[in-house]
Amino acid sequence: MKKIVSRRNFIKGGLAGTATVAVMKSKETQAAHSFEGYPDGMGVLVDLTRCVGCRSCEAACNKEQGLPTPAKPFDDYSVFQEIKHGEKRRTDETAYTVVNQYDIPELDHPLFRKIQCNHCQEPACLTSCFVNAYTKTPEGAVIYNSKVCVGCRTCMIACPFYIPTFKYSSAFNPRIMKCIFCYDTRLKDGKPPACVEACPQEALTFGKRNDLITMGRQRIRETPGKYVEHIYGEKEVGGTAWMYLSSVPFDQVGFDTHVPQEPILNSVKDFLAIVPMVLTIWPGLFAGFHLLATRKEKIKEQEMEKKEEKA
Amino acid sequence: MQTRKKIMQTALAIAFGGVLMVPTQIWSMEAEDAPESVIIDSLANLYTGVEFNHAMHVEYASCQECHHHTTGGAVVNPNCARCHSNSGEADEVTCTGCHEKDRFNKTYLRTLEAPELYHIDKPGLKGAYHLNCISCHETTSGPTGCQDCHTMTLAGEKMFDTGSHTPAKGHSAPGH
Repeated sequence: MKKIVSRRNFIKGGLAGTATVAVMKSKETQAAHSFEGYPDGMGVLVDLTRCVGCRSCEAACNKEQGLPTPAKPFDDYSVFQEIKHGEKRRTDETAYTVVNQYDIPELDHPLFRKIQCNHCQEPACLTSCFVNAYTKTPEGAVIYNSKVCVGCRTCMIACPFYIPTFKYSSAFNPRIMKCIFCYDTRLKDGKPPACVEACPQEALTFGKRNDLITMGRQRIRETPGKYVEHIYGEKEVGGTAWMYLSSVPFDQVGFDTHVPQEPILNSVKDFLAIVPMVLTIWPGLFAGFHLLATRKEKIKEQEMEKKEEKA
Repeated sequence: MQTRKKIMQTALAIAFGGVLMVPTQIWSMEAEDAPESVIIDSLANLYTGVEFNHAMHVEYASCQECHHHTTGGAVVNPNCARCHSNSGEADEVTCTGCHEKDRFNKTYLRTLEAPELYHIDKPGLKGAYHLNCISCHETTSGPTGCQDCHTMTLAGEKMFDTGSHTPAKGHSAPGH
């Protein structure tokens, strides 16, 4: 009896084989995923109740990173009224950090929120980059290597905080522009980033990430009523090196409170685990099927040839 | 001028001192022990230093509102009172005596890791000045703008791209 392997069964078998391996593998990946971040990683605790919106951090960042001179001076506070595409100011290729003003109805004074790269413990940009242009350093910074970047901009889509920006003025020499925690010039020598040093109010506190969490909790505990009982960034997207304290709920000061409490990596990890298996297992598996399916025909052919020779 | 003011103050203090003296304050400093004015310029770089009129501020705030427990007065903040309700006058009462000039240097950060240490969140000198001054000025309608207290230096103008360093009109960042 001639057994024919149909096209449908062929693919079914392939998928079943892959799924079996995937299930076995996913246990391994889950066990491997217990990375809590580098123990001595540094961070910054941003206290929104202290910020007065002086923009010193923006000026310091601009000078430290050699970014272009802005259209308006850094002591021009009219920028807080700027709205582009229905949004407040955001980071772009000329600014790694910006401060925005939020008018809170219950408060008699506005609050200010500084945005920059939050330097995630498990960065989505890094996960999404297929040329490994991103690195999370043991000091806590998420740095970027423009030499290998191909300019696909997947990192810009992957980032839950919309931070990396593309230097459109040099599209043929692709370059992502984002805060690097002053890694090259300061952090790797144990120094605080330029913005922290410039802050007159110590709204930005630099230190070991673990110590900053203790410090943040102390501030919340010892000044009841002053803060919302939450450190934004302690758990968000699996933890970030930059964390925030606020006197009003975080969604009132522009924070995305719907980001997952686990790394973005976890949402795509199962799928990503299958990709290399498809590439390595499928060719061998299907080649085997093919050989099995065509084996009988070959034998028949050989027998026929033998008969012909005899005749 | 300043001397005359001081004499007047001392005379007033002597006149009313006896009346105001409360037993718990016997070992604490009094306003007249303080300097008339303090030049705050140890960090001056982007802005000029500030001549802080101490004598004037004494009329607005009690010693411990700015000096915490160090002047020996009754501590108001319950967190401080847990340990410092009776600690008396400290050897050091100046801001620079306790608040680190270089708050984020490696060596200092390491000292904060001592497990028994309570003061893990002591602001640096620059933070201490501004947090103390501005928070009070906000509630008492004192000056709160940067240049209300200290004028920007040339280095500051360069940093902020302002004053003599303001970009020419029409000049904007490259790109887009």
